[in-house]
Amino acid sequence: MSVDKSDIEKIAHLARLQIDEADVADYTTHLANILDLVAQMNSVDTEHVTPMAHPMDAVQRLREDVVTETNQREHFQAIAPQVEDGLYLVPRVIE
Amino acid sequence: MHTKTIAELAAGLRDKAFSSEELTRETLARIRQHNEATNSFITVSDELALAQAREADRKLAAGEAGPLTGIPIAQKDIFCTDGVLTTCGSRMLENFIAPYDATVIRRFGQAGAVMVGKTNMDEFAMGSSNETSYYGPVRNPWDLDSVPGGSSGGSAAAVAALMVPGATGTDTGGSIRQPAALCGITGLKPTYGRVSRYGMIAFASSLDQAGPLARTAEDAALMLNAMAGFDERDSTSIEREVPDYSAELNRDLQGLKIGLPKEYFSEGLDDAVARVIEAAIDEYRKLGAEVVEISLPNSNLAVPVYYVVAPAECSSNLSRFDGVRFGHRCEDPRDLEDLYKRSRGEGFGAEVKRRIMIGTYALSAGYYDAYYLKAQKIRHLISDDFRQAFDKVDVIMGPTSPGTAFKLGEKTDDPITMYLSDIYTIAVNLAGLPGMSVPAGQVNGLPVGLQIIGNYFDESRLLNVAHRFQQVTDHHRQIPSGFA
Repeated sequence: MSVDKSDIEKIAHLARLQIDEADVADYTTHLANILDLVAQMNSVDTEHVTPMAHPMDAVQRLREDVVTETNQREHFQAIAPQVEDGLYLVPRVIE
Repeated sequence: MHTKTIAELAAGLRDKAFSSEELTRETLARIRQHNEATNSFITVSDELALAQAREADRKLAAGEAGPLTGIPIAQKDIFCTDGVLTTCGSRMLENFIAPYDATVIRRFGQAGAVMVGKTNMDEFAMGSSNETSYYGPVRNPWDLDSVPGGSSGGSAAAVAALMVPGATGTDTGGSIRQPAALCGITGLKPTYGRVSRYGMIAFASSLDQAGPLARTAEDAALMLNAMAGFDERDSTSIEREVPDYSAELNRDLQGLKIGLPKEYFSEGLDDAVARVIEAAIDEYRKLGAEVVEISLPNSNLAVPVYYVVAPAECSSNLSRFDGVRFGHRCEDPRDLEDLYKRSRGEGFGAEVKRRIMIGTYALSAGYYDAYYLKAQKIRHLISDDFRQAFDKVDVIMGPTSPGTAFKLGEKTDDPITMYLSDIYTIAVNLAGLPGMSVPAGQVNGLPVGLQIIGNYFDESRLLNVAHRFQQVTDHHRQIPSGFA
């Protein structure tokens, strides 16, 4: 499996990860090796196999659509990097 | 006091041989004494522990105590702990004081246990050697130049060094069993859905499961009694009665059917480790067990499947770390995209980034069927192998790890070599089965773990099978020199 520099840059952008230029070569090698390992899956015919979603085939539990949690905004925002008037602050998005 | 097991300490507390406060003070002193050597703890919670110990002493005096009341326990730093630093081994959460308790933390609290601290771990539980922690590697008490295994390496080393009688871990691909094996202690990964994942920082949600690390199966049972049970806050928690895991420990093993997968005794397994495992199987023959060879034909696919499923789920789970609501935020972001990219680039270490990249690639447009879907199909085949095996046998046994503890730095340059240290443990997670590792002997002064795999929800049998072995062997009683 070949992976090149532009693949690494594209994946890093999709993952919103800053990657140091100096590390791109390492990522290229490691990702190619991991994808080679993963390629062993191709030796298996899985045409009639259903994908496994849960070991016990459990399904999603449903509950009544009622409020069960109390509002803890101030408690949770106490650990946020930057808040104001109960809002999380980020750099300006719309000029 | 530090050489006593949980069961022995509980008896001492009940008989008023010592108080929980005395026990806790001694435990904290022992952690201070040995943590520099092993780096097992990221946080030691002295004040909280002493407050919990005094409350436990009040319960003991009032006759309200359970088996874990007043017992010092270390918690892996993956469990959110209200008001306590919870780092998950990452720079990303260097400043994260969790605003709530994980269900595991809450349940130990209800049982009256004393939390003495949070243990070191591979960053976001991604690693097999505890070398990916932002807080430095943990060292194996049996050889301080060797790794303790991972990702629950801090918990395993803390128990092996007799700093605590028990600790919690989580196991996504072997992260309880492999460090238990490499550190010479007992570890149990329960059936998927048995222990709540609520507040346990997610790595790969379809594989993650919490469990106990202790010195004996008897102690692991006491801890699992506190941990197991349905939790409506975990959507994959299973609503099913929890047995008393201590009740069946002494059951006779006459007629027990043990399956040995031939794939677990082939190339790649260290010869000396194989001999230790074979000797352990012979002990089981003496205890009346019948041993048959079985086959798990898709075993060789477990590692490839895992390195699609786990990174895919990790890339999705770790998208929550965005530098906005909690955790690390970069200095002076230019714009929102810069904020995301630099906060994550700075907050995550190399192995976590590598797995996010693999997972993002596998889930990106056009690749879903070839990777994640394909992996989930083969996962079905792997789980069917186990189902067929359990039609014939009661438990499956083999080595936990292909070798003993390796040297620090030995495998850090090559992720694939590191990944292969989990070849015998990963399939159990993919199938959602319970598995244990128990000390089976040593090679060149380093511990070897016997892995015991059970059918779904058969934790009682695993603990029984491990306990009977520990009644006739003393491998679990070995203590590393320097930590006696």
